[in-house]
Amino acid sequence: MREDTIAAISTAYGEGGIGVIRVSGDDSKKIISKIFAPELKPNIMTYGHIRDNFKGNVVDEVMVCYFKGPKSYTAEDVVEIQCHGSLVSLRKILELVISNGARLAEPGEFTKRAFLNGRLDLSQAEAVIDLIKAKTDRTFETAMDQLEGGFSRKIKAIRQELVDVLVDLTVNIDYPDEDIEEMTYEKLIAGLGNIQQEVWEFIKTLDTGRIMREGLRISIIGKPNVGKSSLMNALLKENRAIVTAIPGTTRDTIEETLSIGGVPVILTDTAGIRDTDDVIEKIGIEKSKEAFNRSDLVIFIVDLSRELDSEDREIIDVIGDRKVICLMNKSDLEIKLDRDVLRGLMPKAVFIEGSMTEDQGVNDLENAIKDMVYGGQVSQKTGFVVTNVRHGALLKEADQALTDALGAAEMRDPLELLEIDVNHAYESLGLIIGEEVGDDIINEVFRRFCLGK
Amino acid sequence: MKHILMGEYDVIVIGGGHAGCEAALSAARMGMSTLMFSMNLEAIAMMPCNPSIGGTGKGHLVREIDALGGEMGRNIDKSFIQVKMLNTAKGPAVHSLRAQADKNRYHIEMKKTLEHTPNLDIRQGEVTDILVEDGKVTGVVTRTHTVYKAKAVILCTGTFLRGKIFIGDSAFMSGPNGLAPSVELAENLKAKGMNMRRFKTGTPARCLGQSLDYSKMIEQRGDEIPVPFSFMDDEIGENKGLCWLSYTNEETHKVIRANFHRSALFGGQIEGIGPRYCPSIEDKVNRFKDKERHQLFVEPEGLETDEMYIQGMSSSLPEDVQRDFYKTIPGLENLRIVRPAYAIEYDCIDPLDLKPSLEYKGLEGLFCAGQFNGSSGYEEAACQGLMAGINAVLKIKGENPFILGRDEAYIGVLIDDLVTKGTNEPYRIMTSRAEYRLLLRQDNADQRLTEKSYKLGLATKERYDRYLKKKEAVEAEMERLKNKSLGAADLKDFLLSRGTTEVEGRTTFMELLKRPQISYADLKEIDDETRPELSYHEITQLEVEIKYEGYIKKQLQQIERYKKLEEKRLDEDLDYESIDGLRLEARQKLSKIRPSSIGQASRISGVSPADINVLMVYLEKKRREKSK
Repeated sequence: MREDTIAAISTAYGEGGIGVIRVSGDDSKKIISKIFAPELKPNIMTYGHIRDNFKGNVVDEVMVCYFKGPKSYTAEDVVEIQCHGSLVSLRKILELVISNGARLAEPGEFTKRAFLNGRLDLSQAEAVIDLIKAKTDRTFETAMDQLEGGFSRKIKAIRQELVDVLVDLTVNIDYPDEDIEEMTYEKLIAGLGNIQQEVWEFIKTLDTGRIMREGLRISIIGKPNVGKSSLMNALLKENRAIVTAIPGTTRDTIEETLSIGGVPVILTDTAGIRDTDDVIEKIGIEKSKEAFNRSDLVIFIVDLSRELDSEDREIIDVIGDRKVICLMNKSDLEIKLDRDVLRGLMPKAVFIEGSMTEDQGVNDLENAIKDMVYGGQVSQKTGFVVTNVRHGALLKEADQALTDALGAAEMRDPLELLEIDVNHAYESLGLIIGEEVGDDIINEVFRRFCLGK
Repeated sequence: MKHILMGEYDVIVIGGGHAGCEAALSAARMGMSTLMFSMNLEAIAMMPCNPSIGGTGKGHLVREIDALGGEMGRNIDKSFIQVKMLNTAKGPAVHSLRAQADKNRYHIEMKKTLEHTPNLDIRQGEVTDILVEDGKVTGVVTRTHTVYKAKAVILCTGTFLRGKIFIGDSAFMSGPNGLAPSVELAENLKAKGMNMRRFKTGTPARCLGQSLDYSKMIEQRGDEIPVPFSFMDDEIGENKGLCWLSYTNEETHKVIRANFHRSALFGGQIEGIGPRYCPSIEDKVNRFKDKERHQLFVEPEGLETDEMYIQGMSSSLPEDVQRDFYKTIPGLENLRIVRPAYAIEYDCIDPLDLKPSLEYKGLEGLFCAGQFNGSSGYEEAACQGLMAGINAVLKIKGENPFILGRDEAYIGVLIDDLVTKGTNEPYRIMTSRAEYRLLLRQDNADQRLTEKSYKLGLATKERYDRYLKKKEAVEAEMERLKNKSLGAADLKDFLLSRGTTEVEGRTTFMELLKRPQISYADLKEIDDETRPELSYHEITQLEVEIKYEGYIKKQLQQIERYKKLEEKRLDEDLDYESIDGLRLEARQKLSKIRPSSIGQASRISGVSPADINVLMVYLEKKRREKSK
């Protein structure tokens, strides 16, 4: 039976200098040959360059290995590309493989195929199920993660516009006898053109800044005036966050991206997580909680010059068993905090002592972060690399479908043909936000139009 | 109470409506001794609502019923008043045939067919109970304490089951059109564990044509040359009558608004759920306040009656309000109502309790079809009746059920929707419910289905031969168009006259036909004596397959993927509780619906792609354990 060809990054990011992209399926060799010139021979590793066959530039220097099915992990034709382990390189190559005809693998899909094709032992069946489940849960978390805020709102808005077009198409096709406004090609072309414009804008933002900002999420947490902004500044070595002595100045979350030992890190400075009546600060606190919940690693700051108080204890409760580095700040002042009590409260935390304003302990902190990442203690909670490639691929699919629909409209093709493309765009966008395809169009038809015998 | 054994049959059908007739005919034609009960033989194939067959989606169903050897298409060809091909401004995939029916003729022709079908008995009588032994249905009991044994029973109760009519503040137990309701059967089915629900539908008033002023309405003609529904009919003659279009106005809405409180619908007496696509006029006025007018069609009920049907104006308002609002409509000022509009509520089941074969999961040998399954419409009912009939026969023979895929027929879409997704309102087919609309056309229904039906022993040899002949004719013409060509000079004038660009060098007719501006009919002008005489459907098929080749290919690829999942079968008695890794919701839904394939499972709401993967791994594991 012919299966479509799937691809994914198979190495965990941030754990090594080499990254591997695995491609499996009938077309894997064909797809790779479009972006990799040397001829592939079974079981031989070939050196060469991955070239962007759309733009013509070289993407990375790689080693490629071809396993001819059934002698491969999945028992299908498999190609593995070993490239540099950087995020950029992995992403670019994966994107290229996908734009040349592969589909992004579902969680656990390689292993699933290996099992279904008889490569894995029966005793491993349960493990395969667990893997699918675990990976799916994680991907789901990721999806949810990214769905907060503007991203999903935007996708939903574009989808709603597509619903409007689809509803008009449906009602025109299924209710020819009703007293309703007729769909004109001019109206369709204008509507679809606008929607495509919005999808383009979106693809552009995906391709530039936002993607590069993705990385390990660290949130900085602590009661007001313990030095969160100072820490941020020390790490950034620039004066972005406002540092002042009045508690509650950091009213919103501040996000910065930096590279610590080659690991891209998104640092979020949170407003103090505490009860307040100040409306603006309340918003900040909500955002802090959101940022905290999304983070892969937490840096908890305490003030050595003040005694441990109920506010600190509350935060310790909030942290729970999350991965945490506890920074004991202001070591240059008179020490009033009982370190042993603190250690007792957080037995699993890594402790660093220093003074951010005096630039003491910053290196220790950076090393602790690196150790935790490279030591494997922190793996990214989210599969953000994959998720973003997936979003990109789906957006491009929607864009292509809209191009097809517009072409069909220009040709004055019948509405029910056009509808296939418009619906395809709608479904692609739906996959991004994990929305099930249901009867939403039909429901909308009946809500908006007065139809019936 | 002593029961008298009156007969033994293979199949017994309860109900003689559109579902019941098709069920009885298909079972009998497949060689089973069959008995069909109807509360009243005058109600056989009765059309208690609109006097028409077909329309978008529905017309496709009729052609599919016909292609499978059902009766609806042939029967309407014998009894139509006016035929119209809808949607001709759009593409051929959604062209839909609709016919106005002479209701009485339709009933008479169907009754005649039933009476003359070998293996089939019809009987007037009320079935009050079904007999069950060891979880298996064994026969039926009637009002007069007679018993008829059967190997399979098909429930086609329509709106009769605990039927209740509402007009204004009066509500009374009744079947449709003033016929007696079936109450005892409803209670006995419930007692056997069937989960009953209440659905609702409604119908407008009938008035006398002589009381209408047609000069104030817009005439609605049928097509110049009526196209037959049935593949077996070549010509069906001319149209015999007209329909009329008129509109409501502010005055109409005022009368309705002033009397909202007197409607059974708003008074809360009606508990049943009505279909959104068939709202009553008070519902339309209430929900679409901005709409200044609503259209309505005045349609003949028959050729030998003066009764006219007021389509678009169903209501459950009291009779005085009905009279007052109908009279505000141009052309209806002096109307004389002969039957008032009413709403009707009835018992039906949750179709999730059915297998894709339409067999009830709770009792072996009990099949269900039509409104009883939560659908709405004559055509929807008829196609289920046909499928239930076929599957009852296959069950008796111990063969695999006959299931149509979503890629094979609208019938497949309809039944899969019902038994997989369920429905919260009377279900109506729409072309947009079909994923592969481009392939499920009315012009190729025979190609999709006749061979299957012939193998089942339902479609006749005559039909099968006709199908083969058409297939060959289309293929031969396709081949001819591929080879027939003309030079640029010969084509120049023709192309310019069609508003399309000139060609360079010799060009085949097939290439020409790919241009949107050129139809098959256009080619006649430049063709020669080798051009065959093709029927409407043959031409449509040719044109679609040539003009939309790209789209068809795309849909075929999608179907390939769809089929892969459909082919992975799931056991009926699979213990979903024992499968690790399924999420709780998925486990519950799967245990309830018991899908017959991975494909069906994937369409259940609440079953995620991850659950599907888990199921696939589980299946493979089972397979290997077995082969060990």
